[in-house]
Amino acid sequence: MARFFDIVIHLLVLVLLPPLVLGIVNKTKAWFGGRVGPPLTQVYSDVFKLMRKDLTLSRTTTWVFLMGPAVSLTTVLLAGLLIPFGMHAAPVSFTGDVILAAYLLALGRFFTASAALDTGSSFEGMGAAREVTFSSFAEPALFLGFAVLARLTESLSLSHMLAAPTSTGSVASIGIIALLVVAWFAVLLSENSRIPVDDPNTHLELTMIHEVMVLDHSGPAFGMIVYSAAVKLFVMSVLVVDLIVPKTGLGSPFDWLVFLVAMAAIGIAIGIVESSIARLRMVTVPKLLVSACLLAAFGASLLLR
Amino acid sequence: MTSLTLVLAAILLLACSGLPSLVFSRVSDTGQRWSFGITLAATSIGAVGAVLTFANDATPELNVPWAVPGGAFHVTLDGLSAAFLVSVFLLSALGALYGLSYWAQAEHPENGVRLRFFYGLMTSAMALLLIARNGLLFLTAWEIMALSGFFLIATEHEKKDVQEAGWVYLVATHLSSLLLFGFFAIYFAITGTLELKPFSEQPAFGALLFLIAVAGFGIKAGLFPLHVWLPSAHANAPSHVSALFSGVVIKMGVYGVMRVCWLFPHPPLWWGSLLVALGVVSGVLGVAFALGQHDIKRLLAYHSIENIGIIFMGFGLAMVGRSLGQPALVALGMAGAVLHVWNHGLFKALLFLAAGAVIHATHTRDIERLGGLSKRMPHTALMFLIGAVAICGLPPLNGFISELFVYIGLFRAYALDARSWPLAPFTAAALALIGGLAVACFVKVYGIVFLGEPRTEIAESGSECSPSMAVPMRLLAGLCFLIGLAPVVVVAFMDRATTDWQFAHHDLTPSLFEIAPILPLMAAGSVVAGGTAVVFFMLWRARKRGTTTYTGTWDCGYIAPAARMQYTASSFAQMLVNLFGWALRPHTSKVHFEGYWPKTNVFRSHVPETVLDQLVVPLFRRTADVFSLVRVMQQGRAQLYLVYIVAALLVLLATV
Repeated sequence: MARFFDIVIHLLVLVLLPPLVLGIVNKTKAWFGGRVGPPLTQVYSDVFKLMRKDLTLSRTTTWVFLMGPAVSLTTVLLAGLLIPFGMHAAPVSFTGDVILAAYLLALGRFFTASAALDTGSSFEGMGAAREVTFSSFAEPALFLGFAVLARLTESLSLSHMLAAPTSTGSVASIGIIALLVVAWFAVLLSENSRIPVDDPNTHLELTMIHEVMVLDHSGPAFGMIVYSAAVKLFVMSVLVVDLIVPKTGLGSPFDWLVFLVAMAAIGIAIGIVESSIARLRMVTVPKLLVSACLLAAFGASLLLR
Repeated sequence: MTSLTLVLAAILLLACSGLPSLVFSRVSDTGQRWSFGITLAATSIGAVGAVLTFANDATPELNVPWAVPGGAFHVTLDGLSAAFLVSVFLLSALGALYGLSYWAQAEHPENGVRLRFFYGLMTSAMALLLIARNGLLFLTAWEIMALSGFFLIATEHEKKDVQEAGWVYLVATHLSSLLLFGFFAIYFAITGTLELKPFSEQPAFGALLFLIAVAGFGIKAGLFPLHVWLPSAHANAPSHVSALFSGVVIKMGVYGVMRVCWLFPHPPLWWGSLLVALGVVSGVLGVAFALGQHDIKRLLAYHSIENIGIIFMGFGLAMVGRSLGQPALVALGMAGAVLHVWNHGLFKALLFLAAGAVIHATHTRDIERLGGLSKRMPHTALMFLIGAVAICGLPPLNGFISELFVYIGLFRAYALDARSWPLAPFTAAALALIGGLAVACFVKVYGIVFLGEPRTEIAESGSECSPSMAVPMRLLAGLCFLIGLAPVVVVAFMDRATTDWQFAHHDLTPSLFEIAPILPLMAAGSVVAGGTAVVFFMLWRARKRGTTTYTGTWDCGYIAPAARMQYTASSFAQMLVNLFGWALRPHTSKVHFEGYWPKTNVFRSHVPETVLDQLVVPLFRRTADVFSLVRVMQQGRAQLYLVYIVAALLVLLATV
C-alpha cells in the first residue's frame, strides 16, 4: 500500500512540480539582480497559454518538425519514471534501466536537433550543432558516474544505485560521491542549457544553443518544449540530489519532505551559479565537460583495487 | 545433417547465380531476373538451413577427403557459423533485389553481367568460409571472396577514383591474406594438421598466432589503423555492393577473430583487453572521421569502422570473461557482439540502400549539394531516418539492444563480478562518447540531406525510388523495429552462438534471459514507441485545425532568405572536427577579405584519409625506395638468372 502511494506521489511530483523548480531558479536570479522577478508559477502560466494558442508553421518544415516536441516530451517523462525520487524507488526499475534512461534523453536530443535543421534556418542549425557537440562530451561523465555508483552499490538499477551510496557509505566513498556531485552538476548545467554554458534568457548568436533550436516552434508545440525542458531540468537535478540527500529514517512522508526541500535547494543553487558566474566562451565549454569526465574518471579509478 | 545439406546447396546455387546473365542478351533484363530468382531461391534455402541449426542441438558436420595436400572438405555448421550465415543470406537476397532496378542490366550493358557474376561468387564464398573447418578450405574461400570483392568494387573501372579504390583494396586484402597464410603455416607447425579444432591447453606461440590473426582479420574487418581500404572502397562500389560489403564482408574479419579465439581454451587477460582497446580506438576515431566527411557513402563507411569497434568491445569483453572465468561476461559480450553484427548488417544496409536511392535520383554523393529531399523522396527519407536512429543505438530500435548488452557486461565487469577489470568503466564511457558523436553525425547527415531547403538544382530534381528498391529498405526497417521492440526473438540465437563458441571451455554460460532485462526492455520499447506516437498524433491533429498559419522560416527580419544561408554539413561538424583535429588533420582554406571591395572568396574544408595519406603511403614509398636497390639484380635476362642459381648452388655446396 505504501508502495502504491509512493508511486502515485512520484507521478504527481514528476508531472506537476518541474515548472516550479524552474520558477525557483528564476526567482533566485531575480533576487540576486535586485529585481522582484516573475512569480514562482510563471512557467505554468506560459505553458498553459502556449497550449491554447494556434500553431504557426514554416512552409519549409515537414512532419519531423513536430516530432521534435513529441519525442522530447515522451522521453523526458519516461526517463523520469526510471529515476528514484529521493529515497523512494522509481515506479519502473530493472537491471540496466540506467542505460535506458540516458539513451531516452539522447533520443529526445536526436529529434529536437533534427527538428531544428528542418526549418532550414542557419541560426537553428547553429543551435543544433552546439547541442549535439556538447552533449556528446557530457555523456561519458554521466556514464562514468553510473559505473562508480554501480560499483559502490553492486547494482545495475537506478533505484538501487541512487538510493544506497550515501546510506552505506564509508568515508572513502563519500569523497568519491563528492567528485560525482561536482561532475554531474556540470553535466546538469550543460545539458539543460544553463549558465555557464548557455544563457536560457537570450537567444543572441553568442549563446545560441537550446533557445535558438526552438526558435520556430509555436503554440502547443512550443508549450511542450518549454514543459519538457522543465521536466528535463528536474529529472537531471534529481540525479544530483539523490547523491546528496540522506535517508531520514522517519518514514515515507518525511523522506518526501526532505526530497522536496532538496529539490528547492538545488533550484536555488542553480540560480546562484547563474547569477555569480559569467558565461564561458563557446570554445571552452568542451573543456568544462572534459573536466567533469576526468573528475568522474578519477572517482572510478579510486575504486579500482 | 539436413541443415548442412541445405546450406551447401545454397552455396552451390549462389555460386551459379551469375551464370544466366552470361547466356542472355546484354541489353535486356531477362538474365538479371533469372539471376535474382536463383539468388532468392538459394538464400531462402540457406536461411532455412541456418535457422534450423538453432532449432536443434546437433552440430552437423561433413568431412570429405580433398585431393590437396593437408586439405579436406571439412565443414561444420555450429551456432556461431549459423548466426553469421543468417546475415549473409538475408543481405545477399535484399541486395540482389535492390540491384534489379539500381543497376539494371539494360542501363549498364557494359558491367552488369560482371557485377552479378562476382556478386554470386562472393556471397557463396562467404557462406563457405563460415562453415569451413579446414585451413586450406578456409583460405580458398577467403581468397575467392577477396578477389570477387575486388571486381565488385571495380565495377565502374573506367573511373579514376574507382581504380584507386580498387588498388588500395587489392593491396590491403592481399596483406590480409598474406598474414593468414602465415597464421596457418604456424598453426600447421604447432599442431601438425590444418583441421581447426580447439586446443586442449594453451599452445606455445599462442600469442603470436593471436596477434597475426588479429592483424590479418583486422584488415578485412576495417579495425582502425588497418581500415585504410574501407572508406574509398565503400564509396566507389555500387550502393547495394557497399551495403553487402559493410553489412557482411567486413564481418568475415570479425568472424575470423572469433573463430581463432575459439581455438584457445585459456587466453591470457591481455588478449581481451587488447581487443577492447582496439575496439575503443576504432569506435571513437571511426565516428570522428565520419563527422568530417561530405561524401555520404564515405561517411557511412567510417561508421562501419565505428560499429566494428563496438563489436570488438563486446567480443573483447567475452574474451575477458573467458580469461577471468566469468560466464556472465562471456554471455553478455558475445551476445552484444554477435547481435551487433546482425544489427549493423540491418541498419547499415538500410542506410546504404537509402543513400543509393538518393544518389540514383540526384547523381551526387556530396551532401553539401543536397537538402530538402524529404519532400520529394518521403519514403527514402523515412527509411534513412529509421536507419539513423537505429545506428545511433537509440531506443526503441535494434542498435540499442546490442549496445545495452555490452554496457551491462562492462558494468558487471567493473562492479559485480569477483575480480574487477580496470578497463571496464572507461570502455563504458568511450561507448557513451561514441553514442553521443554518432547522434551528432546522423543528425548532420539526415538534416542536411533530407531536411531544410534544397541547396542546389540537383536536389530539387530528386524523385522517389522504384518499388524493387523500396521493398528491401522496408524489410530492413521492419527488422530493425522487430529486434528493437521484441528482443526476445534473438535470445535463442545468441545463446546458441555463445554456447558453441564457448564449448572448449566447458563453463556453462547463463541464458540471456537470466542476465539481461529482455522482458522489461520489450515493455519499455513499446511504451517509447507508443507514447511518442500518441503525443505526435495530438500535435498532428492540432496542425490539421484550420487555424494553423503557414509562413516562412523566421529569419531575424531579413527579407531575402536563400537556401545557401542554411547551416551546412561542414559548419555543423566544425566544432567537433576541430576538437578531434589532432587525429583528423582537417585541411581548411582560410578566407581573407581585403580592401573596400573584397573579391569573391571560397572556403573549403576537407578531412583527408589521414592514416592512408600520412602513414601508409609514406611508409610504402620508403619501403619501395629501400628495395629499389635490389632491382639492379632483376634484368629480365634468362642467362643472368641461371648465373644466380648456379652461384647460389655453389655457395650452398661450399657451406654444407
